[in-house]
Amino acid sequence: MSTRKFSIFRYNPNTPEVKPFMQEYTIEEPPGMTIFVALNKIREELDPTLMFDFVCRAAICGSCAMVINGKPRLACKTLTGDLKGTVTLMPLPVFKLIGDLSVDTGTWFRHLSVKTKSWIHSSKEFDPNAIEDRMDNETALEIYEAERCIECGCCIAGCVTANIREDFLGAAGINRVARFMVDPRDERSKKEYFEVIGSDEGAFGCMGLMACDDNCPMQLPLQMQLSFVRRKMVSFGLSAK
Amino acid sequence: MSNYTTIVSDVLVVGAGLAGERAAIEAASQGLDVIILSLVPPRRSHSTAAQGGCQASLGNCAMGSGDNTDVHFADTVKGSDWGCDQEVARLFVETAPKAVRQMSMWGVPWNRVVAGKKVLPDGREAEDPKEKEGLITARDFGGTAKWRTCYTSDGAGHTLQYAVDSVVIKLGITVHDRTEAISLIHDGENCLGVVARCLKTGELRIYLAKSTVIATGGYGRLYGASTNAVINEGNGMAIALNTGIVPLGNMEAVQFHPTGMVPVWILITEGARGDGGYLLDKNHHRFMPDYEPKKKELASRDVVSRRMIQHIRKGHGVDSPYGPHLWLDIRHLGAKHINTNLREIANICKNFNGIDPVNALIPVRPTQHYSMGGVRTNIDGYVYGLKGLFAVGEAACWDLHGFNRLGGNSLAETIVSGWIVGKKVAEYTLGAPELNHSYGLIQGFAKVQQERINNLIAGKQGKENVYSLRKEMEQTLMDYVGIFRNGPDLQKAVDNLRELYHRSLKIGLISNGKGANPELSTCLRMPGMLRLALCISYGALTRTESRGSHAREDFPKRDDVNWLKRTLAYWKEGSDLPDLQYEPVKITELPPGDRGYGEASASSAEGKKQN
Repeated sequence: MSTRKFSIFRYNPNTPEVKPFMQEYTIEEPPGMTIFVALNKIREELDPTLMFDFVCRAAICGSCAMVINGKPRLACKTLTGDLKGTVTLMPLPVFKLIGDLSVDTGTWFRHLSVKTKSWIHSSKEFDPNAIEDRMDNETALEIYEAERCIECGCCIAGCVTANIREDFLGAAGINRVARFMVDPRDERSKKEYFEVIGSDEGAFGCMGLMACDDNCPMQLPLQMQLSFVRRKMVSFGLSAK
Repeated sequence: MSNYTTIVSDVLVVGAGLAGERAAIEAASQGLDVIILSLVPPRRSHSTAAQGGCQASLGNCAMGSGDNTDVHFADTVKGSDWGCDQEVARLFVETAPKAVRQMSMWGVPWNRVVAGKKVLPDGREAEDPKEKEGLITARDFGGTAKWRTCYTSDGAGHTLQYAVDSVVIKLGITVHDRTEAISLIHDGENCLGVVARCLKTGELRIYLAKSTVIATGGYGRLYGASTNAVINEGNGMAIALNTGIVPLGNMEAVQFHPTGMVPVWILITEGARGDGGYLLDKNHHRFMPDYEPKKKELASRDVVSRRMIQHIRKGHGVDSPYGPHLWLDIRHLGAKHINTNLREIANICKNFNGIDPVNALIPVRPTQHYSMGGVRTNIDGYVYGLKGLFAVGEAACWDLHGFNRLGGNSLAETIVSGWIVGKKVAEYTLGAPELNHSYGLIQGFAKVQQERINNLIAGKQGKENVYSLRKEMEQTLMDYVGIFRNGPDLQKAVDNLRELYHRSLKIGLISNGKGANPELSTCLRMPGMLRLALCISYGALTRTESRGSHAREDFPKRDDVNWLKRTLAYWKEGSDLPDLQYEPVKITELPPGDRGYGEASASSAEGKKQN
């Protein structure tokens, strides 16, 4: 069986006296090996201190994003066979490091939800005995299209603006706002959305490099969502004058 | 004073999946101070992996026309093979439509009825009338008389979790993610909270609350091949069992999903068969109608899984390096349907198998999927044995599912029982006395855990390797406690697991165990996982009948005279086997009878033919 070399970023904030370094491991590479399989093998057979995150291992929970040979990707669905030479693994930038390849995306994304007020704003009271409000199926599908974001952080990690501006909401934030904008159940006005996203932290901070769109493992149409939100914001801006 | 950070709240919810968050919302809405602990950020919970949908008898779509709560009730009881609590099932079916509509208000973009005529994949025709257009639609699922499973493409769990979590955030409910409860704190009568370990720093903390809710999901990862997320190790069940006072119900009832994808065991939703997919053998023959002429691919999961293994045993499986498998065929559903309603599974096929189900067959084999058993509660979610302790969702044995859960009933259970039990938690907590208990007692629980950690790091009890123990446990359950079971195999499992359990008390760390060391996390869980594995195996060995997912080759018939009862497994301190007790199953409406599918039904049909 062929072998594969990994070069993995190591640093544990709980032991700051040990400076960050790259550590190399070599393991056997069976056909179809994913980085999920490889990292578990390394932990169980070579180094039980290695920290990384997996949950669903099926590319639906967003836990395992890391920088793989220079690109932010989901580790669980990355086949080592598709990569050339030594596999270099680094933690996602922007997010707070927990240790080695593990970063705190949870805190970052909760903050994003709070900041963009990402819940349905409705004045209606739930009546358990009433039938549901109707919705066009196409609208439901349109909402789901944006709702498919799994908050993995790949769009944020690959974003130049997010890397230099701590308060930038990034493509995930803009997509999130777009999700509520197309939802007829949300009663927020354009003005209220403008307050959330109509600034340099939101839709206007983007420099248009669109790495987010390239890096999204869910293939969300992030570029379209950005133009959609910007159009709405501009039309509000013009009408408010 | 405590050496440990101590955090006090009214309600402590352990687990931030759908059931836990839904219960937390109910308690927080009544003004209570709620903290949720979770291994992972809530939106990474295994609930988000639920694909197919959520059963509720709205009866909006043409193929669901005439559906009502009575039909849903009968399907659920038959599905459970009369193992479920019928009062719970009744409460559940009555609440499910309301819960689904509430989720619509909270933001779930349920797929909607589109009016017009349509031809189903099997040639049947259906027409959705104009007056139903725009209402929540449903798809077909196994073991149901009507199309009842409400869905959002194949991301139902994802959209539900995001909607429910959005309300958690809106209400400002505190979530401590990457925090693992490793012990309950109790005084023998009342649950007082938990000892938890921070998975960012390794710090031990004490959480105290008037009420504690276990919502930690299932234990799928005890099995070597499971559709479950890697975090599903049954932690909440294990810490409840470890009290010695709290029983686990029906742990031998383990669900195997017919379509786990070979060889990564990722779930391919039942919606694929619900939407018209077929199961094929190595000759590309659609074999399910031979076994189940009425329900075909859509009999209950236990039945379809057994028929598949039966068919493989007859030599009709497709050989592969990972053992024989069968094919799932959805090609005839067409690219448009697959790439919208079944898009996530199309992606899964592409990502993990390099195949496009639009033109290729999907290799599948039945795979561990769900735990019907769990922390035994009453209909209000109160856990047996300790006051102030509740359980909800897959972690609980509320007993909606008996010995086989219907597809779409677990997602529905999370939002229904989370709602109902959450209300009961609030009611209990509002009436509960002020927290007032001995600090010595509380610290004692933390010290026990600290000592375990110190011993593991020092290798004081021994030098057993946790990863090899774990592999042996996984393999034992796979080999001897699978879909078909028999006395000698189960005895082997119990013997092996007992030995492994003793060895698990002698684990020593290879690494230094500093901070949030992942090896230490696994070591702390290992004895608890083995106790659960023993509850499953010993319960299965003792139950000398076949019921739902528990299929004994040496006792192939359901035995209502002797076994219409629920197993309660207790773990007495110092023991290496659970103490099994039993309680009757409540039958209020539907007396035990024929399920209308499955082996018993098939043999009775054959019997009729012969007469």
